Amino acid sequence: MAWLHTWTGLVLGWLLYAIFVTGTSAYFQEETTQWMTPEIGSIAVDSDKSYAAAADWLARKAPGATEWSIYRAGQRAPGLQLYWANGPDAPADAPTEARLDRQGREVTARDTRGGYFLYRFHYDLHYINWYWARWLVGIAAIAMLVAILSGIVTHKKIIADYFMLRLGKGQRSWLDVHNASSVLFLPFILMITYTGLVSLATHYMPWGIAANYADTDKFYAAAFPYPDPPEKSGPAPLAPIGPMVAAAEHQWGTAAGGVRILNPGDRSAQVIVSSGVDNSLSARPRSLTFDGVTGRVVGRHDPSGAATTTEGVMIGLHAGRYARPVLRWLYLLSGLAGCVMVASGLILWTVKRRTRLADPDKPHFGFRLVEKLNIGAIVGLPLGIAVYFLANRLLPVALAGRADHEIDSLFLAWLAVFVWAAVRPPQRAWAETTAATAALFAAVPVVNALTTDRGLFASLAAGEWIFAGFDLAMLVLAAGFWAAHRRIVRRAAEETPRRRRRDAAPA
Amino acid sequence: MAKAAEKLRGANRRDVMLRILAAVPLNYALTALLTVWLARILPGGPAQASVGATLMSFAIFALIAMLCFAVRSTAKLWLVMVGAGAALALADWLLILWGGRL
Repeated sequence: MAWLHTWTGLVLGWLLYAIFVTGTSAYFQEETTQWMTPEIGSIAVDSDKSYAAAADWLARKAPGATEWSIYRAGQRAPGLQLYWANGPDAPADAPTEARLDRQGREVTARDTRGGYFLYRFHYDLHYINWYWARWLVGIAAIAMLVAILSGIVTHKKIIADYFMLRLGKGQRSWLDVHNASSVLFLPFILMITYTGLVSLATHYMPWGIAANYADTDKFYAAAFPYPDPPEKSGPAPLAPIGPMVAAAEHQWGTAAGGVRILNPGDRSAQVIVSSGVDNSLSARPRSLTFDGVTGRVVGRHDPSGAATTTEGVMIGLHAGRYARPVLRWLYLLSGLAGCVMVASGLILWTVKRRTRLADPDKPHFGFRLVEKLNIGAIVGLPLGIAVYFLANRLLPVALAGRADHEIDSLFLAWLAVFVWAAVRPPQRAWAETTAATAALFAAVPVVNALTTDRGLFASLAAGEWIFAGFDLAMLVLAAGFWAAHRRIVRRAAEETPRRRRRDAAPA
Repeated sequence: MAKAAEKLRGANRRDVMLRILAAVPLNYALTALLTVWLARILPGGPAQASVGATLMSFAIFALIAMLCFAVRSTAKLWLVMVGAGAALALADWLLILWGGRL
């Protein structure tokens, strides 16, 4: 089964690496978004008062809407996010979303998709249809699940590999790094792969639902109710939202995560308060439904079935929204181990084959191709992400389609690394691209200090830990890529005299 | 001698292709049929049974994929998988025919 691992690993490895890198970054999605919208400070949400203020704001700005929704992205995200569905009288281009602070004042920030873009990329990719993107991601994930399970079954010395890490020994070291990162973090990688598949389960395996439901909507209505607004039946004032949120929070003992108001200002109005998903291990919220006019409870939903609860916990484990700081950093560490596992496996592919080449100075086309694609895939994405952050600070704030330009700059930089790897000798390309990545990550805090008043020292002085932490993380990444660069340069220096000696020796 | 080795390599390649076809498309079809069957027989009402069956489907798929490369005879592998698939398809069809869907 070893050849199966080698070949599927190579083809899907590039994709898995991109999924691991962007997925790992998503554990700090809210913090990334906050750094990328420096106009908004850390605005705490003051639950029921903030929701009430948001409802007042909506009553002024979107009175004819058929539905308002007010979400708190999470305990780590600033302010409230508002969406609404305009009534039939509103012009087609009328706004449908806004962001408010805790006092119900609208806040505006530069146009960016922030950390959310990296999060979405890890299962929807970009520039291609999301439907097929999810299939590609799913194929990579199920292949990885099979690779992990067959690895456990066929692995002869799984315990020994926990303690086996021989550095500086070429192929042996890459194999050790690949084994150590896979085995030590095996429980996490197994968990993240399975729960990732479960997160998109109905996309990949819709037949379980089709077995019992001719109409899929009936399944969703039964398992995850999300009612549409009823027919309007005549104006009536909306009861205050604050007491409803407070009542729901009191009953659950945890903070609310969002409020949906169907048909506001109508006799048929309903207010649905949902629990925050970062308060529990499960990703499925509980909800209480109130009559929008009388304010009385008219319905409740507590996910309680064994299967839906299991599913909710699996998705919750995958997304880690519940994780408090220490656990969040462990998630990050485990995600990085996943990146190392995939990257070292990809590098091992070439290192192992290099020793078997007929003429190591003139490798065949397939080998050269894999080597170059490895550089583009492994170094190109981190470099692109550094450029994405730089573009966030450097693109003019008023630029039209700014968010898209930020994303385009990521992929242009990534493409540039592929091109660079294609034209340069591999050893040099590794050294140059890792150095460039280190420089770009190091530039992020510098550019941040020059373009905003949220430089590292200012943030440290003000106690703005999210901004300071992000800048520090960039410096750590820069140091990591610089260390990789130094290693590559040193190895190249060691290898050159050896090769020269060999070439000088009579055949 | 060289010819015999080539023949063997050809046979080996055909065997590998057959196993890959069994492990991916045939496996998906069989897992889907098994998921439908589980969704019909698991307790707790249709929504819970559907979700429960779907949750298990990925473990089933992975297990069958591994078996496809572990068993000795490729012919027997195909025979068992196609046979089991046909039996499950019949069972699923009958279960839905009798019980109906929502």
